[in-house]
Amino acid sequence: MTNEEIKQCISEILPTATYDETGEFLTIMVSKEELRPFMQTLRNDEKFLFEFLFCLTCIDWKTHFMMVYHLLSRKHHHNIVVKVKLDDINQPEIDTICDIWKTAEYLEREVYDLFGVKFGNHPDLRRLFLDDNWPGYPLRKNYVDENMISI
Amino acid sequence: MNLLGDPEITEEGEFVINIGPQHPSTHGVLHLKVWLDGETIKKVQPHIGYIHRSIEKMSESLSYRNFIYVTSRMDYLSAHINNEACALAVEKGLQVEVPKRAQVIRILLGELTRLASHQLWWGSTGLDMGAVTPFFYAFREREAILDILEETCGARLTQNFMVPGGIMYDLHPNFQKRVKEALVQIKEKLREYDELVTGNVIFQGRFKGVGYLSPEDAINYGATGPVARASGISCDVRKWFPYDGYENVEFDEVLDTGCDCWARYMVRMNEMKQSIRIIEQLIDNIPEGEIQAKTKQVIKLPKGEFYQRVETARGELGVYLVSDGGSTPYRIKYRTPNFSNLWVLSHITLGAKIGDLVAIMATLDLIIPDIDR
Repeated sequence: MTNEEIKQCISEILPTATYDETGEFLTIMVSKEELRPFMQTLRNDEKFLFEFLFCLTCIDWKTHFMMVYHLLSRKHHHNIVVKVKLDDINQPEIDTICDIWKTAEYLEREVYDLFGVKFGNHPDLRRLFLDDNWPGYPLRKNYVDENMISI
Repeated sequence: MNLLGDPEITEEGEFVINIGPQHPSTHGVLHLKVWLDGETIKKVQPHIGYIHRSIEKMSESLSYRNFIYVTSRMDYLSAHINNEACALAVEKGLQVEVPKRAQVIRILLGELTRLASHQLWWGSTGLDMGAVTPFFYAFREREAILDILEETCGARLTQNFMVPGGIMYDLHPNFQKRVKEALVQIKEKLREYDELVTGNVIFQGRFKGVGYLSPEDAINYGATGPVARASGISCDVRKWFPYDGYENVEFDEVLDTGCDCWARYMVRMNEMKQSIRIIEQLIDNIPEGEIQAKTKQVIKLPKGEFYQRVETARGELGVYLVSDGGSTPYRIKYRTPNFSNLWVLSHITLGAKIGDLVAIMATLDLIIPDIDR
C-alpha cells in the first residue's frame, strides 16, 4: 500500500487523525483516548495487519511528552509511526497496549522506568532497570543527578 | 535460597530459587527468579539492570561523531554492526552517499564479526551443555578472525572503525590474504563442528522438542534474528530493508520451521555458511576508490527523525534518532534484539524441566549489556 492508500483507509475509521509525511515513515497523530481502539484495528484488520511492533518509546519535548509507536506490516511490507501527545508534564498517563502486542509490556515498563509515564491497566508496572527507590526519571530533560560529573 | 540459607517456599508448595546474577550459564549479569514444582518450571521472572549504563542518556551529550562508539559496548560481540547502524542513521540525516569501497569493507567486516559471534555462541553452547571441548575449538577459529580485525581496526572486540560517511582507515595490506587463509581454515573446521556436536545424539536429545516458540508468539514478543527465523518467520533485515549494498550480494536467508532449540541451533550453524559465502563473493571484488564521503567537521543534522535498522548477529537493531537541529542528538532510542528476545524466555520455559532452562538460554544467545544498555 502507498501512504495515500493508508491515509484513505485510516480516515474512514478515524477521521480525527492528523498526518505528517516529512519523515521516512508515514506518521499518524492520534489522541490518547482514541489510541487503544485504533491500535486494535491496525493490528487485526486485514487491510493493515500491522502485526509487528518493533519500537516503542517516548520523547520529552519539555512542554509535553510524545509517545512513539513504530509498526511494521509484514504482509503489506509497510512501516508506519503512531504518535500520541501527552500534555501533562508532571503526571503523564496513557493506556497500555500490551494486550495487543505482548512486547509492549516490557517496552512500556522501560518507558515507565526512565520517563515516569504511567500506563493504565498494565499488568506488571514496576521499574525495569533502576532500583525501586531511585529518585526521578533519568531520561527526562529536567533530570538532575547530583553525582553526575560533566566532562 | 536466600542469603541465610532458608529455602523460600510459596503457599502452593513451589520452591523459589534465584539463578544469577553471577551464574556461568546466564553469560553475564542476568538474574532469573524461578518458581519450581519439583523439577518443573512454573514461572520465570527475569530481573535486569545490573549493567545499566544509560547509554541513551549519555548519547544525548555526545556529538554525532562520538556517540557511535558508545554502542560498541551494547552487544559487544557485534560491535562493528552496532557502529554501522549509528553511522547509517547519521548518513540518512545528512543524505550523504557512502563510497562503494567503504560499503564493501563494511559488509566484509560485518560478516567477519557475525562469524566470530556465532562461533563464540557455538562454543559457549557446548559449555552450557556440559561439553568443554567445543569452547576450545570455537576459540581457535575465532582467534583467527579477531587477529584479522585487530590488524585492520586496531582492536579485537570493540573495533570502532566507523565514521559517518564511510570507514576510518583503509584496509591493512595483508587483509585479503589473511581472510582467505582464515576462510579455508574455518570451512574445514565447520565439518569438525558438525562431527563433534551437530551429529552428537546427546546434544540432539537435549535440543530437539525443547523450548517450543510458535511463530505467532515470536511476532507477538517482537523476537528477531535467528530466534524468530527458527520459528519460520522471515525477518532478515539484510533481505527486507537492504543497507550498505546487501542487495547486490547473493545469499540465502536461513529459515527453519522446527521452532525448538534444535532449529535455533541449525539456523546459526547455517548462517555461518552464508556469511562465508558473502565474504567469498566480495573478498576479491573490493572496488578501488575513496573510503569516506566528505562531511563537515562538526556534524549538524536537520530537524527531524531518522530510523535505521541493521541485522546484527542476534537480530534487528534499530536506531531511532531524533534531531532538533543541534550538534548533539536530542533523543536516541536503541531497539536492541536481545531485549525482545529475553522476554520470550519466561514464556517458552513454562512447563519445561530446570535442566532445559540452560539449553533454552543457550540457544536464545543473550548478551546482557545489550538488554540493559
